[in-house]
Amino acid sequence: MSAVDFIFPEFEVVRNSDRCIACRVCERQCSNKVHSYNEERGAMLSDETKCVNCQRCVSLCPTRALKIVKSDCAFRENANWQPDTIKQVYRQASSGGVLLSAMGNPKPQPVYWDRILINASQVTNPSIDPLREPMETRVFLGKKPSRAERGPDGKLKTELSPQIDLSMPVMFSAMSYGSISYNAHASLARAAEALGICYNTGEGGLHEDFYRYGKNTIVQVASGRFGVHKDYLEAGAAIEIKMGQGAKPGIGGHLPGTKIVGDVSRTRMIPEGSDAISPAPHHDIYSIEDLRQLVYSLKEATAYKKPVIVKVAAVHNIAAIASGIARSGADIIAIDGYRGGTGAAPTLIRENVGIPIELALAAVDQRLRDEGIRGNVSLVVGGSIRSAADVVKAIALGADACYVATAALLALGCHLCRTCNTGNCNWGIATQRPELVKRLNPDIGSERLINLMTAWRHEIMELMGGMGINSIEALKGNRMMLRGVGLNEKELGILGISHAGE
Amino acid sequence: MKLEGEVRIPSGCAIAAVISREGKKMTGELITNAMRPMHDRSNGLGGGFAGYGIYPEYRDLYALHIFFDDRAARENCERFLEKRFEIVQSEIIPTRKIPAITDEPIIWRYFVAPLKSVLASVQLDEKAFVAETVMKINSEAEGAYVFSSGKNMGAFKAVGFPEDVGEFYRLEEYEGYSWTGHGRYPTNTPGWWGGAHPFTLLDYSIIHNGEISSYDANRRYIEMFGYKCTLQTDTEVMTYIMDYLLRVQGLTLEEASAVIAAPFWSTIANKPSEEDRRLNTYLRTVFSSLLVTGPFSIVFGFTGGLMALNDRLKLRSMVVGEKDDKVFIASEEAAIRVMEPDVGEVRAPFGGEPVIVRVKEGVEL
Repeated sequence: MSAVDFIFPEFEVVRNSDRCIACRVCERQCSNKVHSYNEERGAMLSDETKCVNCQRCVSLCPTRALKIVKSDCAFRENANWQPDTIKQVYRQASSGGVLLSAMGNPKPQPVYWDRILINASQVTNPSIDPLREPMETRVFLGKKPSRAERGPDGKLKTELSPQIDLSMPVMFSAMSYGSISYNAHASLARAAEALGICYNTGEGGLHEDFYRYGKNTIVQVASGRFGVHKDYLEAGAAIEIKMGQGAKPGIGGHLPGTKIVGDVSRTRMIPEGSDAISPAPHHDIYSIEDLRQLVYSLKEATAYKKPVIVKVAAVHNIAAIASGIARSGADIIAIDGYRGGTGAAPTLIRENVGIPIELALAAVDQRLRDEGIRGNVSLVVGGSIRSAADVVKAIALGADACYVATAALLALGCHLCRTCNTGNCNWGIATQRPELVKRLNPDIGSERLINLMTAWRHEIMELMGGMGINSIEALKGNRMMLRGVGLNEKELGILGISHAGE
Repeated sequence: MKLEGEVRIPSGCAIAAVISREGKKMTGELITNAMRPMHDRSNGLGGGFAGYGIYPEYRDLYALHIFFDDRAARENCERFLEKRFEIVQSEIIPTRKIPAITDEPIIWRYFVAPLKSVLASVQLDEKAFVAETVMKINSEAEGAYVFSSGKNMGAFKAVGFPEDVGEFYRLEEYEGYSWTGHGRYPTNTPGWWGGAHPFTLLDYSIIHNGEISSYDANRRYIEMFGYKCTLQTDTEVMTYIMDYLLRVQGLTLEEASAVIAAPFWSTIANKPSEEDRRLNTYLRTVFSSLLVTGPFSIVFGFTGGLMALNDRLKLRSMVVGEKDDKVFIASEEAAIRVMEPDVGEVRAPFGGEPVIVRVKEGVEL
C-alpha cells in the first residue's frame, strides 16, 4: 500500500485504562477485529483502521471503559472539497471501482418532514382524548370500485377486490433474507403477526419456516426473480412488484456473494457464493403496457386473490409514472424516497439520484386526484419515515400507509454504522455469519418491534386526537392540518400546504 | 382581509327544523321564531332558512336564487343562463327593509327549465346539468352566487341574526311542509351573504353546527368528482358529499349516514347480522375518505323529508321532539318548545344515529 492510499481512521477508540479490566468482551464481540489483547502488557489494544463505529463494544463493555469518537485528524479545511469527497477520490484511484455504501443517504439535504408542522384543536372544536374515546387507526389497502352497484334484490353488492387489512398505517418494508439475517426476518414476521400489520420479504424469496406468517407477509417479485415460484406467490397477503428502490433508482438489487450461503442460497434459488446482482430493469418490462402484463400475470397465477403492489423509486416524473401504474391494474402503489435505506448501493447513486419522498408523495397524490382516480388505488410511501410524526404527516399529505425499515432495524439493535454490505454486522442483523446471527434473539427482537409500533400507534392516536380526528381515514390527504416552516412558495405549492401563520 | 372561500373560517351555530308528516303547510314565521331563544348561539354574522313546498305553482321548474354584486353581474349571468335554460319567470326576491340587515346584494330568483337541445348535446341528465351549471357560476362568474337551485324549495340567507333574516325575507308570506333554520357564529369573517347557511345544491340543503376535523380530506376527495368547494365551509362540503352519495352513487339515506358518521370498527364487528357487517365494512372501505370526523349536527333537507345526524361521538347538541304530524329538531329544546309548547318527550339521538322523517307517501307536495 502506497502512502497516498493511507486514509487516517475515521474513528478513535478511546479506552479508559482506569476502568478497563481486560475482560476481552470487546475483542470477542467485534467481528471487524478492532480489539486485541496484548499478553505482555496485560492490556487491550485497538486497530482503529477497522472500526465502523457500530457501538457494539461500547454497549457491552461491563465497566463503560470504551467510547468511539470521531477522529480529529483532518485534511486541511475546504468548503468545496469535503473530507468524504477527497477520500472517495483516493479509494477510486486505488481500486478503479464503484464505491458501495449501505443504509440511507446521510447527506445534509433538506428533510421536508422537519419543515412541516401539525395542527391541533383549540376552542372551536374539541380535541379528542384517545385514552377515553375510541380512536381508529385501521386501514384497508387495495383497489376500490368507483361505482356502488346493486344486485337485482336492490341490495348493495358488497364484494370487494382483495384488500390488505392493517391495524395501523405502517408496514415493515422490503428487506430480503440474505441482506438481513434469519433472526431479523423471524423478528419482523412475528412482530407483524402480533401487530396485525405486514412485513415484506424483499427480493430474496421466503424461507420455508416463515410461510406460516403468510397473511402478514408481502412477497416481492423483483427483476432478478430470486426465489419466485407458485407457492411463494400464494403464500402472502399481497404481491409486490419491485420496479425500483429509493436508495438506488435505476439499478437492481445488490447482494454480495459472501452473504449468499446455506439457506439464503436455497431460498433465492441461486448458487452459494454467487453475487446476486438483479438486472437494472425487469427484462419483461420495458414500458407501462408491459407492467400491466406482469400485474395481470401475477393476478392470474394467484386467481385474483392477492392485491398487487407496484413499488417504484421517487424520481423526477413520479406523478405521471404513478398515474400510469394506477391504470395498469395495480391495486397499490408504493413509492420509495431517495433517503430510503439499502443493504448495498453505489454511493454515488444513493446520494445523487431520486427525489425526496415528501415532494413525490404530494405530487402523486395531487395528480391522481386531478385525474379523479386517487380513490381507486392505495398509496404507500417509504424512505425515510423515522417517527410517528412522519407517519402522520405522510398520511395528511395523502398516503394510505407508510413503509418503515430503518426504524425497524434500529429497534433490533442497528446503530446505523452503514456497513451492511460487508456482512459483518455485529448486531446480528445484516449478516449471515452464524455466530453473529445468533446475537439477535427473535423473541427479544420481535418484542422490541412490537413495542416500537405500539408506541408509534399511541403517538399517532395522540396527534390525531389533538386534531379532533378519531379515525385515520379522516386524516388521509387532510393537508389543511399541515403548515410549512421555512419553505419557499414553490415548495409549499408542491406540498399543497400553507405556511405557518397563514 | 381575505374573503370567505379564500380562507377557512371555523364557526359554531344554532340549528332548528320542522316537518309535517302529513305535508301540512306552515308559514316561515314558525321557524323564524324558533331561532329567537337560541340568539346567543349566533353572533349576527349569518342566518338563513330553507323551505320545502314553497313554490307549488312552479313545482316542475328549478328555482335559482342568486346574489349579484351589481347590475352588470346580473346581466352577464342572465345572458349565460339564457344559453342553457328556458327562463319562465324572473323576479326580485321580495325583502323588507329593516335596520338589522344592511349591505344587501341584489337578490333575484329565476324559475327555469334546462333547454332540451343543450341537455342532449352535453349528454348529462337534467339534475347533473343543473348542478354543473350552479358550480360553474359559483366558481367562475364574477359577482354572481347561486344560493338555491332546487325544485319547489328555496333557501333564504343573509348576514345578520337569523330572526332578523326571517323578517328581512318576509318568510311569513311563504308556506312549506318543512323548514330548516340556521344561525351562525363564525370566529372571524368580513361577513359574506353566500357564507350563511343553509347551503344547497338542487333540492338538497344542509344546515350544520360544528367544525369538522376531516374537512380537507373530504374536500380533496369530493373535488375529484367535479364539485368545487369555493367557500371552504363544512356545510358546503357536506352538501356535496350527500349529493355525491345519494344522487351520483345511488345510496340510501341510511347508507349515506353509515358513510359520513360510520360506526366504529368495534361496533361493526359486534353487529349480529353478517349482512350488516359486510355492508358496513364495504361502505367504510369504499367511501373511507367521506367519513366526517369532529363535531357536527346537521339537518339535511330534501324533497319530501329531513334527516338529522350527529357526529359519531355526539360532540354537538341536537334534540328531537314530536307532536301529532310534526317532528321538530333543534340544537336546544327551547327552540322546539317555541314551535310547539305541548311537545311530548324531547330526546337526544345517539351520535351517528340518523333521524329520518319523510312525508307520508301519497301526499302531494
